[in-house]
Amino acid sequence: MLDMIVRSNEQLNYHNYLLKVTPVTNVQLPEMNPGNFVQIEVKDSVNTFLRRPISVNFLDKQKNEMWLLVQDIGEGTHHICQTKENDQLNIILPLGNSFTIPSNLDLERRLLLIGGGVGTAPMLFLGKILKDKGFYPTFLLGGRSSQDLLQLDDFEEIGTVYCTTEDGTKGEQGFVTDHTILNHQHFDQIYTCGPKPMMMAVAKYARENEIECEVSLENLMACGFGACLCCIEKTTKGNLCTCTDGPVFNIKDLLWHN
Amino acid sequence: MAQLNVKINNLELKNPVMTASGTFGYGTEYSDFIDLKRLGGIFVKGTTLEPREGNAYPRMAETASGMLNAVGLQNKGVNYFVNHIYPNIKDFETHIIVNVSGSTIDDYVACTEKLIDLEKVPAIELNISCPNVKEGGMAFGTSCKSAAEVVKAVRSVYPKTLIVKLSPNVTDISEIALAVESEGADSVSLVNTFLGMAIDAEKRTPKLSTITGGLSGPCIKPIALRMVWEVFHAVKIPIIGMGGICNWQDAIEFILAGATAIEIGTYNFIDPTVSIKILEGIENYLERHHFNSVTDLIGQLEV
Repeated sequence: MLDMIVRSNEQLNYHNYLLKVTPVTNVQLPEMNPGNFVQIEVKDSVNTFLRRPISVNFLDKQKNEMWLLVQDIGEGTHHICQTKENDQLNIILPLGNSFTIPSNLDLERRLLLIGGGVGTAPMLFLGKILKDKGFYPTFLLGGRSSQDLLQLDDFEEIGTVYCTTEDGTKGEQGFVTDHTILNHQHFDQIYTCGPKPMMMAVAKYARENEIECEVSLENLMACGFGACLCCIEKTTKGNLCTCTDGPVFNIKDLLWHN
Repeated sequence: MAQLNVKINNLELKNPVMTASGTFGYGTEYSDFIDLKRLGGIFVKGTTLEPREGNAYPRMAETASGMLNAVGLQNKGVNYFVNHIYPNIKDFETHIIVNVSGSTIDDYVACTEKLIDLEKVPAIELNISCPNVKEGGMAFGTSCKSAAEVVKAVRSVYPKTLIVKLSPNVTDISEIALAVESEGADSVSLVNTFLGMAIDAEKRTPKLSTITGGLSGPCIKPIALRMVWEVFHAVKIPIIGMGGICNWQDAIEFILAGATAIEIGTYNFIDPTVSIKILEGIENYLERHHFNSVTDLIGQLEV
């Protein structure tokens, strides 16, 4: 648990904000892996009691900064999105498991990272780590409209980027699973995060094409560290906690196809 | 330094600050955040004779100043606890108190019997107040007759400290407290969660899979405090108070209302270090007000 200071807060579109935070005291941020999330305390909000789980968008080790992409979707996230430079946030980190990074011996492995809406957040961190390991990741990012596609410049620095929008204002029109790249190219591994219907469609595509696939879930949780047992997901191994056994699950373990 | 130790009948606690069942896992979940041995005790997750899967998702709904849960006693059963969990937590250097639940009196008794010989479990908390299971649980705790029956049965087999966790979902909690006291309970802990519900107006659906669930957090504190006060004036056995405790002031209020010790519940989720902050706050309060012992405060509300 760390008190963090907001170094910057940039509004990326009508409801998404990019916060860059660093510890208040002179301590190094702990090791974090793509897929990890944090729990942010919300102060001075009458209707918000619990912390807000937010996935790690990026870790800038040189600047000792963590990036958090936050969607202003309710009273709790609204408070977080309204923080100003030099405001403080109390954050529990890092939490949860992380995406599986393939072996360095398999650098030819074709990796597809699919993100929808604010679910693109962990894909930036994952893509950067994969690139640093020597992989060349492909991104498929989806949103309602062009303004919903976030951090495209950052993604383009890391790998090849394909987009879909529901209104056709950027990339191909439709959902990510409609994109023609899925018919033209073969991938060995898919990672995905976004709205549940999107992830279920991606999982279906992966199953039908026998592609390894990991999804990042965002079940409602209270604590974030395995104490409350609220965020369970039914799996082949029984009820698992999204916060400690996840948030990343291999689709083979989920019961989504039932 | 003021004395912090208190006694729950024969059970000596190094201090009155404990953590509530269902909010603290088995303690291990918090070992990265705090030094567990500083706690007066840890009430571990509700344990039943047989494994329980718990209720379907969603199990949680946030409310103003609190939350509703409908976990439904998910646990791997008492045998798993004894063989696989207890060995990992027995050396925490604090009391491990197991919260025991069941669907029938025989369940409660059989589950309790498996815990008697565990050296580092000096007490059990009989949960006759869980609102989130279809059978048993709260059904036992909402009538004097059934509460007395289950306590009598467990008392006859359990020689160690027997704490009974009371439900607030009753017309008169003092009557239930008296009923369990008369059957030999060593202490009562109160309160468990309040039955409540939450609705998603847009979807026109309940927010919990079970429709209703247990309300906890600071929103219940004034009611819990009133109930501790009422029970304090009804029974002679020590009371363990809980319900929305978030800081040391809350803890002191419960002690003044009549609690000998307190349990911290839901706020552990928001601040996993809160129990230690509360302990330090109580110590500081005692010094500031020149009390020699925390026991000097129990029930000392000036009216």
